[in-house]
Amino acid sequence: MSLDRSTVARIANLARIDVPDDQQEPLARELSNLLLWVEQLREVDTDGVEPLRMIMPLPPRWREDSVTDGGHADVVTANAPAALDGFFVVPKVVE
Amino acid sequence: MSYTIEGNTGTWEIVVGLEVHAQVISESKLFSGASTAYGAPPNANVSIVDAGMPGMLPVVNAHCIRQAVRTGLGLKAQINKDSVFERKNYFYPDLPQGYQISQYLHPIVGNGELVIDMPNGESRTIGITRLHLEQDAGKSVHDRSDDATLIDLNRSGVALMEIVSEPDIRTPEEAVLYMRKLRSILRYLGTCDGNMEEGNLRCDANVSVRRRGETAFGTRCEIKNVNSMRFVARAIEYEARRQVDLIESGQTVVQETRLFDAQKGETRSMRGKEEAHDYRYFPDPDLLPVILPEGYVEEIAASLPELPDAKKSRFIADYGVTPYDAGVLVMEQQTAAYFEAVAQGRDAKQAANWVINELFGLLAKGGKDLSETPISADDLGRLLDLLNDGTISGRLAKDVFAIMFETGQSPARIVEERGLKQVTDTSSIEPFCEEVIAANPGQVETYRKNPKVIGWFVGQVMKKTGGKANPAVVTGILQKMLDG
Repeated sequence: MSLDRSTVARIANLARIDVPDDQQEPLARELSNLLLWVEQLREVDTDGVEPLRMIMPLPPRWREDSVTDGGHADVVTANAPAALDGFFVVPKVVE
Repeated sequence: MSYTIEGNTGTWEIVVGLEVHAQVISESKLFSGASTAYGAPPNANVSIVDAGMPGMLPVVNAHCIRQAVRTGLGLKAQINKDSVFERKNYFYPDLPQGYQISQYLHPIVGNGELVIDMPNGESRTIGITRLHLEQDAGKSVHDRSDDATLIDLNRSGVALMEIVSEPDIRTPEEAVLYMRKLRSILRYLGTCDGNMEEGNLRCDANVSVRRRGETAFGTRCEIKNVNSMRFVARAIEYEARRQVDLIESGQTVVQETRLFDAQKGETRSMRGKEEAHDYRYFPDPDLLPVILPEGYVEEIAASLPELPDAKKSRFIADYGVTPYDAGVLVMEQQTAAYFEAVAQGRDAKQAANWVINELFGLLAKGGKDLSETPISADDLGRLLDLLNDGTISGRLAKDVFAIMFETGQSPARIVEERGLKQVTDTSSIEPFCEEVIAANPGQVETYRKNPKVIGWFVGQVMKKTGGKANPAVVTGILQKMLDG
């Protein structure tokens, strides 16, 4: 499987990464090589092998349902470029 | 029951599937310890996990998992003991992580079903495709500023259950019945409060049309923002008509997301959202698969309450109420419990009648719901006892009921203090009968030809006694006097 330049441009756009035109072609080649390598892995016979989703069979790490956080709008918005009355402020989003 | 749309070129039918987002009842969020309380100041219920700060790790809220399984069981659905949280990637200002943690290929709940009760007494089963857990997004406020949008993340990360139906719905009315029934089940289970005003139950409708008799589905549109029971039917009606007109004028329906505008009663395209319709799901590497321990599902199953369908069947079988009345009584758990308290040891049909027609009537008039009733189930029961043992007449019972509703006093006290006891003593009724007969010789003549006129005499006597005389006794006395 190989990626063409327009696919790279589309993925970049979806990820909101600005990839200049002249870098799209080289990037397509690099990504295609990565995919080739992944495809190589597919050649290994994995019939009857369960996917390894956890290294250790851990018991579920679930939280109790209790309120342990919150009440600090000032901290939450401290690094925002703009805040107002506890809100984050972002450029107008037109529906 | 069939619903069709008459077009210029023939008859059309509609195919609808609903996607419902139900907010899970929990104290804290799906992956953080921030509160889920509604109406807090902006960003007060936000942890740095909910704000999507780098390096933060989500940890699953055990109760939310439990609630999802509980809901799945209530929908008679398959529970998947191994499910996976994935990242659904898209950019929007109210989504600080840049992705929503949701479930995709391996949802926690699979196929189930929901039975809707049609007004004509028939039932239809609507298939449930799946239920999965996901995070809610934050809220955008557009009207505070002309050139900026304000973001409140209090809702961000709150657990939602997305419940997807099969495209089994064929009329706008069925869609409303589906929503009502689903809301009822969620409230019985205690997994979602069903409050549509606060957005805790939201509905998107997938609508398509096809010529009657066709079996293939047409191209569908997803209608967002259908946020009241009333709008569900209106949005579907409008959208189906729009699609029929489009096809009949030679155009095609484009698969897209459309927004329902409640004010205008129409749907319009949300083109902006279409571009990014590639969510590039992948399993969230921050979270382990959700594996339900041995016995977990069985334990929850054992804790389920009696659900509306079972309760309805029981009411019909044990109390002999009509299917329609049973359906009304079981819609809310509280109503069902109230009815059972009144019906206990009494005439259940009469009890149902008083609860549905009299009590609900007055409550609706005052814009109240049952939790605000001034009449306790015990007092309503006692009123029926007074009626049935002849202490008060049927007419007076309604008067007493109205006073109970106004004052909250017990029926015995009202009857006692206001002297509303029914008079059955012949000697005190006879004078009124004599008086009415003496004053109306013309009617007496009529009675000779038509004995049915006795009803008129009874009415006159009742009026004179302020409704307190026992009508059967009055009739007996009158008959004796007129015939004798």
